[in-house]
Amino acid sequence: MTVLECVALTLVAIAATAVVLVDDPLRQSIVSSFMGLFLSALFFVLQAPDVALSMLGVTTVVIPALVLLALARVRDVVPQDDHAPGPEEEAA
Amino acid sequence: MKPAHRVAIMLAACAGLLGWYVWGVAGLPDFGDTVSVTGTTILHAFAGERHTTNAVTTIVFDYRGMDTLGEELILFISVVAVTLLLRERRDESEDISPEAERAESHPRGSDAVRALGVATVGVTVLLGLYVVTHGQLSPGGGFQGGVILAAAFMAIYAAGNFVVLRRMGPADWMEPVEAAGAAGLALLALGGLLAGGAFFHNFLPPGPVPSTIISGGTIPLDNVAVGIEVFGAMTLLAAEFLNEAGIARVRGRSQDDEG
Repeated sequence: MTVLECVALTLVAIAATAVVLVDDPLRQSIVSSFMGLFLSALFFVLQAPDVALSMLGVTTVVIPALVLLALARVRDVVPQDDHAPGPEEEAA
Repeated sequence: MKPAHRVAIMLAACAGLLGWYVWGVAGLPDFGDTVSVTGTTILHAFAGERHTTNAVTTIVFDYRGMDTLGEELILFISVVAVTLLLRERRDESEDISPEAERAESHPRGSDAVRALGVATVGVTVLLGLYVVTHGQLSPGGGFQGGVILAAAFMAIYAAGNFVVLRRMGPADWMEPVEAAGAAGLALLALGGLLAGGAFFHNFLPPGPVPSTIISGGTIPLDNVAVGIEVFGAMTLLAAEFLNEAGIARVRGRSQDDEG
């Protein structure tokens, strides 16, 4: 295993752990895209540039974008700002 | 069952799983080993047979084209299903008051984001087209290029606003685009059946050597079809979600104005 492979593997492990440790889904989507970036680098180091390109597109563009849009959708259904009455206040 | 027992069973299961995993990984062939006779044969034959330089794309779109068709149809069907679900949930939502639309058509976000969005759209489209059309020569192909092209669409959203996007109406004309791409690959495969007697038979001449953009027979055409399909699918997905989010925001704003 070369030094480059070790570095790439370590970065993936660190980034993947960071994704799990981040609580807020909004931040998580960005952190996970960094994980995808490092994973693409790992695939490239392992001489699989085709897979690296696919990985790059899907994890840094498609997944964060769709997670962000889904979050926007959820926030419309469940208003999270302080002005809106919560479910308990509404019931009271 | 007591929690302590549950933890004990969990630990036992984890230990067993770890054992199996280490045993399995230890039995893997070394990196770069040639274990498959088929793989070795194809890697030695593809350049002479198909006049291409990228083994991965040649295998994916020629020798194992059937798998690619299945993958592409999975993407097609899942995007169609998501679109159906979103439209089912959306009721009478298409009408937005002119005032609300005017409010939303003002530029939003920071100047830096808008400038970056405008600057990246053209370059991203060019890169996407390059990756789609050079799949048989260098890393890339229809899938990768299609995703890059869809990223250009998202840059338009970052650079402009929701109303600009609605006027473009991607949700309407991306459906035929996606379907045309999916049908294109299936028809190219059928062409092989008609011309050579086998599904996905490469029925076009392999083209010039050294390889150029038209080398590889049907492989460049397959890539273009898949590129169109993936671009359409990703853009349709993003457009449907943006429609959902955008309509809700525009409506929220018009309610604020009334209140």
